[in-house]
Amino acid sequence: MFDLAQVAVEGALAAGAQYADARVVVSKNQSIAVLNQEPQSIDQAERAGVGVRALSGSGWGFYATSEMSTAAARRAGEQSAAIARASATVPGPEMPLADVPVVDDSYETPYDEDAFAVPISDKVDMLIEVTATMQSVAGIALASGNLSFWDTNKWFVSSQGHRIHQHLVESGGGFDATAVGESETQRRSFPQSFGQYETGGYETVRRWDFPGNAGRIAEEAAALLQAPELEEGEKALILEGSQLALQIHESVGHAIELDRILGWEAAFAGTSHLELDRLGTHRYGSPLMNITADATLPGALGTFGYDDEGTAAQCVDIVREGTWVGVLSGRDSASIAGLPPGGMVRSDGYNRLPMVRMTNVGLLPGSSSLDEIIADTKDGVYMATNRSWSIDDQRLNFQFGCEIAWEIKNGKLGRMVKNPTYTGITPEFWAQLDMLAGNDEWVHWGTPNCGKGQPIQVAHTGHSAAPGRFAQVRVGVRA
Amino acid sequence: MSRAIEIAGRVLDYVGDRAEAEVIAVGGEAALTRFANSFIHQNVADEGHEVSLRVAVDGRVNAATTTSLERLDDFVDDTIGIATLQRVDESWPGVAEPTDVVDPHHFDEATAAATPADRAQRVADFVAAAPDLVAAGYCTTAGHEVAFVNTEGHRAFGRYTRATLDGIQQAGGAPGPTGSGGAAGSGHATSQRLGDLDGAAIGALAADRARRGLNAFDLKPGEYEVVLAPECVATIAMFLSYYGFNGKTYAEGQSFAELGEKQFDAAIHLFDDAADPRALGTGFDGEGTPHRRLELIKAGVTQGVAHDRRTAMKAGVSSTGHGGPGSEVWGPSPGNVFLEEGTTSVDEMIASVDRGLYVATFNYCRVLDPKQLDVTGLTRNGTFLIENGEITGAVTNLRFTQSFVAALGQGRVQAIGNDARFADSEFGPGMMHVPSLQLERWNFTGGAAG
Repeated sequence: MFDLAQVAVEGALAAGAQYADARVVVSKNQSIAVLNQEPQSIDQAERAGVGVRALSGSGWGFYATSEMSTAAARRAGEQSAAIARASATVPGPEMPLADVPVVDDSYETPYDEDAFAVPISDKVDMLIEVTATMQSVAGIALASGNLSFWDTNKWFVSSQGHRIHQHLVESGGGFDATAVGESETQRRSFPQSFGQYETGGYETVRRWDFPGNAGRIAEEAAALLQAPELEEGEKALILEGSQLALQIHESVGHAIELDRILGWEAAFAGTSHLELDRLGTHRYGSPLMNITADATLPGALGTFGYDDEGTAAQCVDIVREGTWVGVLSGRDSASIAGLPPGGMVRSDGYNRLPMVRMTNVGLLPGSSSLDEIIADTKDGVYMATNRSWSIDDQRLNFQFGCEIAWEIKNGKLGRMVKNPTYTGITPEFWAQLDMLAGNDEWVHWGTPNCGKGQPIQVAHTGHSAAPGRFAQVRVGVRA
Repeated sequence: MSRAIEIAGRVLDYVGDRAEAEVIAVGGEAALTRFANSFIHQNVADEGHEVSLRVAVDGRVNAATTTSLERLDDFVDDTIGIATLQRVDESWPGVAEPTDVVDPHHFDEATAAATPADRAQRVADFVAAAPDLVAAGYCTTAGHEVAFVNTEGHRAFGRYTRATLDGIQQAGGAPGPTGSGGAAGSGHATSQRLGDLDGAAIGALAADRARRGLNAFDLKPGEYEVVLAPECVATIAMFLSYYGFNGKTYAEGQSFAELGEKQFDAAIHLFDDAADPRALGTGFDGEGTPHRRLELIKAGVTQGVAHDRRTAMKAGVSSTGHGGPGSEVWGPSPGNVFLEEGTTSVDEMIASVDRGLYVATFNYCRVLDPKQLDVTGLTRNGTFLIENGEITGAVTNLRFTQSFVAALGQGRVQAIGNDARFADSEFGPGMMHVPSLQLERWNFTGGAAG
C-alpha cells in the first residue's frame, strides 16, 4: 500500500505540485440497530481508496479515487496538482507549511477483543435483551439500541519522506427509551445521547453494562411524562459529565479551531469569537477551567498515533486556569499563525481533504464530587444527557436541552423535572464554573458525529469531563 | 454499457438464487471548489463507484456496501453468509416487483463535464461582485449514475447532475459578537445545471445584505412579525419533512402529523415531486420504487407521509418511493419538496409590516421535541428591523425557540412570496424549493447578550 501512495505522490510532483502527500485508506464499518426487540438494520461497509493532496501556491488541490491500481493512483496525483493550479484563478497569499519531523513509523490502537470477531447474532441478542427490558416498563413506546464499530488502516506517504501506517480501532453504542404522550415525547439514553464511543475493541461495550442499566433508563423516561416542567429562572446549574462534554465540544472545541479563527470556515461552520492577538491573555473562564487537547489519552475516541498530515499526536494546553493559551492546528494554519503545529488535521475517509479537527478536547478534573457539589447547592438544578444543542457561528450564544433534570433545594436532590434547557454566552458561562468533580468521575466521553467542512465530513472526537457546577445560569427556556 | 449497470448486474449474478436481493450501484465524480478570505484555498474532487447489496435468506436480512469492485464474489458470499446467521426479520417487506420507472432526465452533460476552471470562474465572479468585501463559500458540481436491480427482475437506471454556488460577503471585517465588528450577507443557488448559476448576481445579493448589516444593534427578544427569506423557509420545510412527514416517526407517534386535519394555514401547499422538471436526482429510490408525487399539505390540511417498503407494509399502503440507505433507522422522508409560491414580492411583504424582522438565514437549528416540532436556532447573515413598512436597520443575531408547526398555523401566514427557488437548508441544498414567507409572529428568546 505504501507503493500505491508513493506513486500518487510522484504523480502530483510530476504535475507541478510543490508539496504532496497521499493516504491509502481501507476502512471497515459495522452498524447494528434494534428497535422494540426487532433487528432494524444490520449493515457492513468496506471502503478503500487513495486520496492525494497537492499544494500549489495559495491553495490545496485534492483528488481521490476508489480504484486501487497504480495507474489510477498516479492519475489521482496528477489531478490533485491540476486542481491546485486551477485555484490560481482566484489567488491568495502563498500557503506555508510548518516543519514537522519526517518519520517512518507505525501505530495501532490497543484493544483486547476484536469487535468484528464477535458474532453479529451475539450483538443483536444483547440489544434485543436490552430493548425487551425497556419495553417491560409501562409507558415505553420505543426501545432502541445500536452498536457501531470501525476498523481503519491508513498508509501515509509525503513528498518530504513520511511513511506511516496506522491501524485505528473504534467501538461503541448505546440505547434509549422513548415515552410518547398526547403532545410530547420524553426520551432517556444510555450511556449518553447517541451512545458512547471509544478507541478500543468490544471490551468498551461490555464495560458499560447495557443490560444492567436498561430498566432504570426506561423507568426514568416513563416518569418524565408525568413530571412538571422546569420553571424558567436563573440558578445554579450542575451538569452531568456527558452534557458537560458536549458543552466543551461546542463552546470550546470548535472555537479554538485555528482554521475557523483564520476565516477558512467562515461561510459554513463559521468563525470564532477568539482573536489570535489575545492568545495568552483572553479570559475564557474561571480558574477551575483547565482544558487540554490530548490525542494521546488511552481509550479516548480522539486518540491516534499521527494525524493525516504525518504530525505526531500530542497534548496541547488550551485553557490554563481560565486563560486561553492554545489552539487546534495543522501545518498550514499553524505556520500562518506562527504557532507550533498541533497534529490535529484529520479526514473522515480516503476521499476527503484533511482539515483541523478536535482530538480529545477535555476539561481536567477538579477535586470535588457530584455528591459534594449537590450538598453544597442551595437552589439549583442538575441536568443530565443531551437532547438538543445549538450555538451560533462564533461559538458564543448557546442553548442546550437535556433529557432529564432534578431540582436541588438546600443541598438535597429534589423532584424530577422535564424539558430542561439552559442558555448562555460562552465566556460568561465558563466564568461561572465554581465546582468540579474529581478524577473518580472523569470519563472520556466520545462524540461520533461532529460535522464540519464542505463536502461535509464527520469526525470522531473525545471530550473528557466530570460533573461540574455553574453558579448562575438562565434555565427553562421554551417555545 | 453504464459502469453502474455492469456492476449491479455482476453482483446480482453472484447472488443467483441463493437469496432475495436488491442491488444499487452508484458512481461518478463530485467536485467542490472552496474559497475564503476572497481566494480559493481548498479545491477537491473524487471519483469512483460503490455498490450496496441487501439480501434476505428465508427472511433473514443483511446489508453491505463496498468500493472493492475486484472482489465482488467474496462481497456477495460474505453478505449472504452473515444473513443466514441472523434472526428472521418479521418486518421484511420483500423486494419490489417490476414496475415502469420514468427517467426525469435531471442530467446536464456540461455540468457532468465541468472542470476546476469552470467552478473557479463562478467563484471569481462571486468575489468580483464586491472587491471591497471579504468573500467565502463554495461552488460544487456533481454527475452521478445510479443502477438498481433485484431478484424479482426489476431494473431501474438514472443519471443526474447538480451544481451549487453558495457564499457570504463580509463587510467591515469579521462580524463581531455584539455588533461591534463587521457584518455578513449570504447568497445561494442550486440547479441541475452549472450554467444556471450566476456568480455575479449571487455575490451582489450577499454584498448588499452584508453592507446593510453594518452597525447592527441588539434588539430586545420577544415575539415579532417576520419576513423569512427562502433559506429560513427551506429549514422549516426540511424539519417538517424529516421529523413529521416521515412514515416511521408517524407510525411511532413521534410525528406532529395528523392526516386529514387542518394543522396549517389554508395558504400552505407543500408537496414532494421528484419528477418536477426543477427537481434533482433520479426517478426512483434505494429500493427501486418510482418516486411518487406526494401531497404533504394542501389548503392547510395534512395529506400524507412518505413511505418506504417497510413502513408501507406496516401501514397497509404502497411505498411512495422514499426508501434508501438509513431509512430503516431514520425513516423515509421527502427530499424533493416544493412549497407553492404566492404572488407577493418581498418588498410588498416588508411594506405591510408595522414592526417586525426580515431574516436571511437560520443557523444551527435543533429540535427540542419532535411532537410539536419545537426548535431552537439562530438568525445569521442578515437580520433586519422593519418599521412602518421599511427596513430601518440591522440587528445582531437572535436566538429563537419556536414550534415550526405553530408558526405556520391557521391565520399565521400573512403572505407567500413569488420568489420560490432551491434554498439551502439546515440539512443541505437542493432538497427544498421554497419562496419567502411572511408570518404573523416568531418567538425570539435571546439576543447577543444571552
